[in-house]
Amino acid sequence: MELSTGSLQRLARRAPALCLLLLAGCAHNYPQTTLQPRGDFARLVDSLFRTTVWWAIVVFVLVEGALLIAIFKFRGRPDDPEPKQVHGNTVLEVVWTIVPAFILVMIAVPTIKTIFKTSDYATGDVVQVEVLGHQWWWEFRYTGLGVVTANELHVPVGKTVNLRMTTVDVVHSFWVPQFAAKRDVFPGRHNPLWFKADVTGSFSGQCAEFCGAQHGRMGFRVISETPEEFDAWVARERVGSPLVNRGVVARDTTQPVDSLERAGQALFNAGGCIGCHSMVGTALAGVMSGKGPNLTHLGSRTTIVAGMLENTPENLRKWLSNPDSVKKGTLMVLPRKLTDPEVATLVAYLRSHQ
Amino acid sequence: MATSVLDHAPAAPAEQTGIWSWITTVDHKRIGILYGTTAFIFFLLGGIEALIMRLQLMKPDNTLVSAEAFNSLFTMHGTTMIFLGVMPLSAMFFNYFIPLHIGARDVAFPRLNAFSYWVFLLGGLFINFSFLLNAAPNAGWFGYANLTENTYSPGLNTDFWVLGLQILGIASMAAAINFFVTIVNLRAPGMKMLRMPMFVWMSFITQILLLLAFPVITVALVFLMMDRHFGSHFFLPEGGGDPVLWQHLFWIFGHPEVYILILPAFGIVSEVLPVFSRKPLFGYTAMVFSGAFIAFLGFGVWSHHMFATGMGPFADSFFAISTMLIAVPTGVKIFNWIGTLWGGSLQFKTPLYFAVGMVAMFIIGGLSGVMHASPPADLQQTDTYFVVAHFHYVLFGGAIFGLTAGAYYWFPKMFGRMLSEGLGKLHFWLMFIGFNVTFFPMHFLGLNGMPRRVYTYPAGLNFEFWNQVQTWGSLLLGFSFLIFLVNLFKTLRKPMDAPADPWRGATLEWLIPSPPQEFNFAEVPPVNSSTPAWDLRRANGGQLAEPRRVSGAGIHLPRPSIWPAVTALGVLGVIGSILFTHAFSHWYFITLSGVAILFYGVYRWAFEPPF
Repeated sequence: MELSTGSLQRLARRAPALCLLLLAGCAHNYPQTTLQPRGDFARLVDSLFRTTVWWAIVVFVLVEGALLIAIFKFRGRPDDPEPKQVHGNTVLEVVWTIVPAFILVMIAVPTIKTIFKTSDYATGDVVQVEVLGHQWWWEFRYTGLGVVTANELHVPVGKTVNLRMTTVDVVHSFWVPQFAAKRDVFPGRHNPLWFKADVTGSFSGQCAEFCGAQHGRMGFRVISETPEEFDAWVARERVGSPLVNRGVVARDTTQPVDSLERAGQALFNAGGCIGCHSMVGTALAGVMSGKGPNLTHLGSRTTIVAGMLENTPENLRKWLSNPDSVKKGTLMVLPRKLTDPEVATLVAYLRSHQ
Repeated sequence: MATSVLDHAPAAPAEQTGIWSWITTVDHKRIGILYGTTAFIFFLLGGIEALIMRLQLMKPDNTLVSAEAFNSLFTMHGTTMIFLGVMPLSAMFFNYFIPLHIGARDVAFPRLNAFSYWVFLLGGLFINFSFLLNAAPNAGWFGYANLTENTYSPGLNTDFWVLGLQILGIASMAAAINFFVTIVNLRAPGMKMLRMPMFVWMSFITQILLLLAFPVITVALVFLMMDRHFGSHFFLPEGGGDPVLWQHLFWIFGHPEVYILILPAFGIVSEVLPVFSRKPLFGYTAMVFSGAFIAFLGFGVWSHHMFATGMGPFADSFFAISTMLIAVPTGVKIFNWIGTLWGGSLQFKTPLYFAVGMVAMFIIGGLSGVMHASPPADLQQTDTYFVVAHFHYVLFGGAIFGLTAGAYYWFPKMFGRMLSEGLGKLHFWLMFIGFNVTFFPMHFLGLNGMPRRVYTYPAGLNFEFWNQVQTWGSLLLGFSFLIFLVNLFKTLRKPMDAPADPWRGATLEWLIPSPPQEFNFAEVPPVNSSTPAWDLRRANGGQLAEPRRVSGAGIHLPRPSIWPAVTALGVLGVIGSILFTHAFSHWYFITLSGVAILFYGVYRWAFEPPF
């Protein structure tokens, strides 16, 4: 916390970041930036933002400039004679009412155009996804594809993704800055949002509406892939999917192979995990509980705990040993304290679900 | 100022001293000082809460405070600064200066005024008492349902918030009625509405806003209280209720509330700029009507806080346009302030520093406000640090700078002593720099993806650099208030030697001694314009004789009374009792005790002789 030479140097080095408002190019260091749109929806919003920024800068320079001139030009001394007593000027009043109104019209027209473009669901050939906010993670259900996953939204590049969003508990706000800005989710209602990704890659998003203790740890990722990669991902996710198979696990290539994984599977079934978590290959695979994230294919996700931790065996072990110490207040409650060997079997089992 | 026969009257009894005299006082000036002292302590408390948050956010994945503690800190910071800091600091100036500005002896209802203060104090203590029980409110100052319902917020935290705000609302309503009636009825002869000082005008509009906005939040809070304690479902979707309803009710109050916070500061700045420019306020009438227009439009823009809720394109468009429209009268105010400075003979004393600082900072807050008046653009900005930057430019850069200008401007009148100019200017520069270093980078952080109300952030998002800069800025900002405190304490130990009119002021309060005598004006002051003190000064060839302190014999003043404070205790008992609904089955005995105290207080109050 000391102000070291190091931090001063960092300050000097990053001073050009001040130009961020003007140059989106400076924003490449920020994975969650709004200034570098990578999708159509975000680009519509961005162009409107830039319109307002330019007008704001013009007005800022003129008005603060006038203020500065006034305070430097009209400094007086206590014994100066009384200045000319001016009470106002009607022409000026009219001018400085009309000019700002004109500027506001320049902002209002593109604003209203954009409002009508961004308010509703997308139509046409879209990937349809139901988004459900939970305290404190995100559930994604691909309508028609039979895929249910959590915290990582896979999308095909170049194809519009249509989100129909709600929440199972409190109000949240789905925000993925580089693709689609944000919209709140309410219980008992559905809100629209859509975007088409321009590029492939992993993009950061986060809940933006305060939703309780762990609002700060409610992140997610949007993973934009080529159509082929996306299709392959869907095919893999559908293996043994309870939605596709209506509760009957027809063919499951993800069965445990070694004894450790089998022990983990047994514990998962007997120990109570299935009370909240759906999992392919378990006895209750067809029961969509929804209380906790669907853990099917957890091994192939990049992060765990709503984007909080990298998906490594060590992090999974830490999480399963004591969820509350990792994320205080989490609704994940272990039926009982697990022993270290038990945790190891669960880690092996969950990670085997690629 | 001539003093006539009173010079020869027997001396008035010495002013009462001691703690009992403060508890029973009904003198608007003393109540103003009580408001100011209490609010300043709450303001410092809110500042400490902010500094702890800043220290927590200094590093990614920091564990200085827990998630729950952080949530309580930002909830209480917002609640404290709005309801216990800025509003009652404005109330200090309403109390002390509205009667002086309009040439009145006191407010219209002096005991109601004392009642307002005691209810405010008890409400503030009640809501902060929650810290001692480790149950401080933690669902945000905006208390969005359905997070605030029992299911998601069990425990007393939200109860303290819901009930505390209801108590504070009673204080605000009582005060608003009082000042409204005072301004309408007690102006000195000659002080027509369009001759009132701009501070009185802005205060008047603020009271109207309070009278219309507080009933709405009261209704919303009662609904929420009913949901939490008595099984209703106003905001519970599973019972047919709607959490969006809360947001509408909250912001129908919440947006006018912004103007309740800022208009008094506008008024103060509109007093300070002319006095230190030595020329009258530019466009007085335009200033009055722009203030009124802002207040009127302020009731038609609430949903711009809700652009992300999916209201549909027509509602979004309506609220976008109404919000942009409000920038026009706000711009008129700023241009008229610059017009006031223009061509003046600027006397750069501390109050002018803060007033000019306020104008400069409010411009920034106003411009970012226009940026998120555009709903699609706001979809990126809402609930991010961009918005945190915006409203701190409005409420700190605007309201606090304005109130601080008022504090330096009126301190000599209130306490008869001149604050140190050197320390005052040091305070200004540290506050100005600290403020901008703290809040300007929040624009960058917000646009680069940092949401509000997060207790920490992961290292990978690169938020740490600007957060660190902001934390250093906030420490500087906190330090600037230490300088202010030093200035206050040093000055209060000096002898009372301030002249009646240290600034060549334009308004009536500068015609009477500093501090004013209990009865304010020994005789009715003459008013022929909005700058009556300047008129007298000109008529006297540029100089004004120092007014003498005179005897108050024969002047009727309202009698001190303990019953407003007792009645306030009753209010606390009635509303506070709801805390216990889940704890005891016979909780209503506490309510009934509160009712008994309340009725006894009102009864004694009603039958007390007025003089």
